[in-house]
Amino acid sequence: MENSLIYLDHNATTPVAPEVLQAMQPFHREQFANPSSPYRIATEAAQARETAREAVAELLGCKSQEIIFTGCGTEADNLAIKGVGFARRQQGNHIITTKIEHHAVLKSCQWMEKQGFELTYLDVDETGRVSPEQVERSLRDDTILVTIMHANNEVGTVQPLQEIGELLADKQAYFHTDAVQTAGKIPFTVEDLKVDLLSISAHKIYGPKGVGALYRRQGTTLQPLLHGGRHENNLRAGTENIAGIVGLGAAARLARKNLAESADKRVAELRDRLEAGLFEKITDLKFNGNRNHRLPTTVNLSFNYIEGEAMLLHLDAHGIAVSSGSACTSGTLDASHVLLAMGVPVELAHGSLRFSLGYENTEADIQRVIDLLPGIVRKLREISPLYPGEQ
Amino acid sequence: MEYSDKVMDYFMNPKNMGTMEEPDGVGEVGNPSCGDQMTIQIKVEDDRIVDIKFKTFGCAAAIATSSMVTELARNKTLDEALQLTNQEVEEELGGLPPIKRHCSLLAEEGLEAAIENYRSKQEGNS
Repeated sequence: MENSLIYLDHNATTPVAPEVLQAMQPFHREQFANPSSPYRIATEAAQARETAREAVAELLGCKSQEIIFTGCGTEADNLAIKGVGFARRQQGNHIITTKIEHHAVLKSCQWMEKQGFELTYLDVDETGRVSPEQVERSLRDDTILVTIMHANNEVGTVQPLQEIGELLADKQAYFHTDAVQTAGKIPFTVEDLKVDLLSISAHKIYGPKGVGALYRRQGTTLQPLLHGGRHENNLRAGTENIAGIVGLGAAARLARKNLAESADKRVAELRDRLEAGLFEKITDLKFNGNRNHRLPTTVNLSFNYIEGEAMLLHLDAHGIAVSSGSACTSGTLDASHVLLAMGVPVELAHGSLRFSLGYENTEADIQRVIDLLPGIVRKLREISPLYPGEQ
Repeated sequence: MEYSDKVMDYFMNPKNMGTMEEPDGVGEVGNPSCGDQMTIQIKVEDDRIVDIKFKTFGCAAAIATSSMVTELARNKTLDEALQLTNQEVEEELGGLPPIKRHCSLLAEEGLEAAIENYRSKQEGNS
């Protein structure tokens, strides 16, 4: 066990499930045809694409013609935001989003500002939640789009989308959500959330990288980002990544099966055990997020007096993979924008770790983290000039 | 982003970590809200650093550079120690990823601050 990997970073990506890999395999060599071609093996590829579309539609509870395949979750977000913005410029110029979005949404919105759109970035409370009342107050006659993530990737807080969707029902604004962290992880349908557009990604749910999808409610107007062939109902030109799309379809089927078997609840139990174990053994620990509205996979904690990357590297030396909201792991010099928007003090944002569990994690994995991390924290606190010693 | 083996070694097993009784000079630099803070203590005899300790809040690069600067400064005269640069600290560690270069600056500044603190105390005494 000493050298085996304990992977606790499933919100970053997941391994491809064996059944997904198996489903994809034939589409690299035997069934390689371009689905736009007229001959038999091409028709088979087109058929495989449509079967995958049905599987994704079943996961999301929509019609298969409402699914647009994209190159990733980021592309789905970009297509929703830019696609709606430029399709509806005659109707208005105002877009509402939040301060805790994934960069795929946040940077798209910032780019839209440069194109002359007006943006409202909603605050969140200390648990990372947006209030529907605040959304209502921010709505204007010229609001054309509201985009709010379903669950946050760093802290796992799930937003009250249903309530927001209800108050948007009789408004002209379209409602988009980045559901990359929730699709296939918690049960819901697009009707539950009352959204017009919803982004998903295959590699967060045991599918391959390089494929995502955008749900587009029938009648929702959109401009494409990519111009070219007539693929995906003229909304996403480019020869389809058939192997990837088949992988997304297989991942969607697997996700439905796992949800039906309550795999999400088993993961939540392991996650709670990890959280309780760390709180029992480590002092000066702060919980980041919302215990009542949270992804089953995720726990985010701040360890006072020490820095996230240092903890992460010590864990890595033991074969344990986690992530951190510290500036030192982000490739920039800024701490997590999500934790800061929640009002977490900067030094505690630097000292945060995110554990995101998956279906393959075991009780032994969790116990190993509970056994190892307190010693790492103690060692780093001994090095820290901020640590006052055990109180 | 990848650290050299030497950075990882100085980070995992830092040398000269800790505090001392009655240091002759103390340097405190950085700010926790920026992600790193460092304290260096020195013991000086005949204008030479005979003992040196550090404590650092920060990432692997901050801890490794702190430890390395204390290694390089030990047994040097104060003037020699002041000539140490962050480039030397970096080179001794086998390089740092570009985004982490500022960490070596903190180590250099911490040592300078400790020496300045010692010298200002000496002036106060004379």
